[in-house]
Amino acid sequence: MTEHTLRAFDDEIVELRGLISEMGGRAEAAIDNAMTALTRHDLDLAGNVVADDKKIDELEIAVERLAVQILTLRAPMADDMRETVAALKIAGVIERIGDYAKNIAKRVSQISRKSKIEALSVLPAMARLASDMLHDVLNAFAARDPEAAVEVCQRDKAVDDFYNSIFRTLLTFMMENPQTIGEAAHLLFIAKNLERIGDHATNVAEMVYFSATGQYLPDRERGTASDEA
Amino acid sequence: MRRLLAVLLLLATLAALGLSGAGASAIAIAGALGVTLILILSPRPPEPPAAPQPAPEPDNCRRVDMELIEAIGDPVLITGDGRVDAANAAARKLLGEHIVGEDIRVAIRHPAAAERLITRAEPSDSRPIELVGLGGRDSRWQMNVAALPDGRTLVHLVDRSEGHAAEKMRVDFVANASHELRTPLAAILGFIETLDDEKAGGDTATRKRFLRVMHDEARRMQRLVEDLMSLSRIEAEKFRAPHTAVDLGALVREVHAVIRDGGNDRSRDVAIDLDESLPFVSGDRAQLSQLLHNLVGNALKYGRPGTPVTVGTSAGPGSMIRLSVEDEGEGIAPEHLPRLTERFYRVDPGRSRAVGGTGLGLAIVKHIVERHRGRLDIQSAPDKGTIVTVLLPPAPIPLSSNGNASVTGG
Repeated sequence: MTEHTLRAFDDEIVELRGLISEMGGRAEAAIDNAMTALTRHDLDLAGNVVADDKKIDELEIAVERLAVQILTLRAPMADDMRETVAALKIAGVIERIGDYAKNIAKRVSQISRKSKIEALSVLPAMARLASDMLHDVLNAFAARDPEAAVEVCQRDKAVDDFYNSIFRTLLTFMMENPQTIGEAAHLLFIAKNLERIGDHATNVAEMVYFSATGQYLPDRERGTASDEA
Repeated sequence: MRRLLAVLLLLATLAALGLSGAGASAIAIAGALGVTLILILSPRPPEPPAAPQPAPEPDNCRRVDMELIEAIGDPVLITGDGRVDAANAAARKLLGEHIVGEDIRVAIRHPAAAERLITRAEPSDSRPIELVGLGGRDSRWQMNVAALPDGRTLVHLVDRSEGHAAEKMRVDFVANASHELRTPLAAILGFIETLDDEKAGGDTATRKRFLRVMHDEARRMQRLVEDLMSLSRIEAEKFRAPHTAVDLGALVREVHAVIRDGGNDRSRDVAIDLDESLPFVSGDRAQLSQLLHNLVGNALKYGRPGTPVTVGTSAGPGSMIRLSVEDEGEGIAPEHLPRLTERFYRVDPGRSRAVGGTGLGLAIVKHIVERHRGRLDIQSAPDKGTIVTVLLPPAPIPLSSNGNASVTGG
């Protein structure tokens, strides 16, 4: 990064990126903890995830405030402008991701400890894919690496495929075991949340790409996959 | 693009409103405009004007810092005002080349780290923090934070992944071993129960068949226990390299004879191809014999019937002696190769059990080779076959009278 004449401007951009990274780190931790809580049926941990989401929301507000301050006081140009706008949008997206993690955590209590639904054992693998995407896109953001961002976008399909297969499995399961429809529906929503996390990770990737190159990422072909439900 | 501008305009308006609403009024706006103007006029000078030379001392300090932490193998960072001032090579490798000058939260993206390094609630609190997933997903790092006298902070990361991996391996091993032992035991108990039943046990043919199965299962358990015992024995001795001189060629011939007399049809396919001029190897005869039995046994078990299995010796790189076991079987897919020597790792679990494998054969081979300070290499091409190569060090040349003369005569 080239230095600015005004040291304070530099500091603000660095602070902005720091805030985004902290949000990202918290969102990553929220997903991992929510899934751990789900597999271990750990209600305390789930409660922590829900409580910690407030911190992500606070960080989003801090990012917004700082970004607006930069835009008004510094009137950034070129890459600084992109960086600031991207930060603003990324913060919104990560806040959503945090909400999805919170939503998963809230469902933990609805799924009984003895649940034998097969999807329950597949969801952690799906969560791993989605949270790896988030992890890598945040790395791409930290390194301002457009190629890494493109690479993350390409992985979204795997998460979508995962979602579709879980969707079908759960649907069959619900038809065969009507007494567990409630639980299965919660699992379906969890799968959907994970799928949305993957989508949002690609949104972040698009902003990272834009901020690094000044170009929009070429539109990827949208599968009909995620529209199924 | 138009949408972007609209967003910006909106934000700018909002911010201006917010500022004036807060009562800072015209002065703030004027100030903001002033700053903006200055920025617009000289947003980024192409060449930074010759910056006033900073006092040499802090600069010197920085360089000393840099050299100091560069000499440390663990990742070390120095942060000031929440920014990374310096990071050594290990830290840049772990966290990325871009981290110097960035916010510490960009470098270490972890809630616990953010809380400790940014808010610094209790600077005196020096307990290490456990960070999971820094770098790789399953990695664990311990972060130690110390305040430097100049107000900056030293962050030291220690890799704890290995300890956790070892602990996990130990737990897995116990679980696997007990599972492997329980399987044949369950079969034996089941058959005993059936034989106890007058109706089933009375029939001679059935009884014979059942006893046969029980015998096979008991044998399998015996092999497993023996393998487990030799594994722990080899491991216990691993720091003591064996030093007996062993004639590898003679040993190969001996093992060949044992396998041939074993009565297995397949054993006729074993061919040997020895280089007779090789020196003896430095080793443990019993363990090398076990190694040969395991490797040849694998090649016979997993190679196609009728295809040759060749055991050869030749001169290896340096002064090492190469022992190779080559089969023309189905080969092993590349993704399995790195894990072959793990205990209880099986490429095809069903098949391995069907041919009576314990899942420990190659683990034992690996440990024997390691104890001999040798090298193990497995090459495999699907549908072509597998070549297992072991490099063993030669035995030290015994001191002859000649050698003595030159030592004492010099």
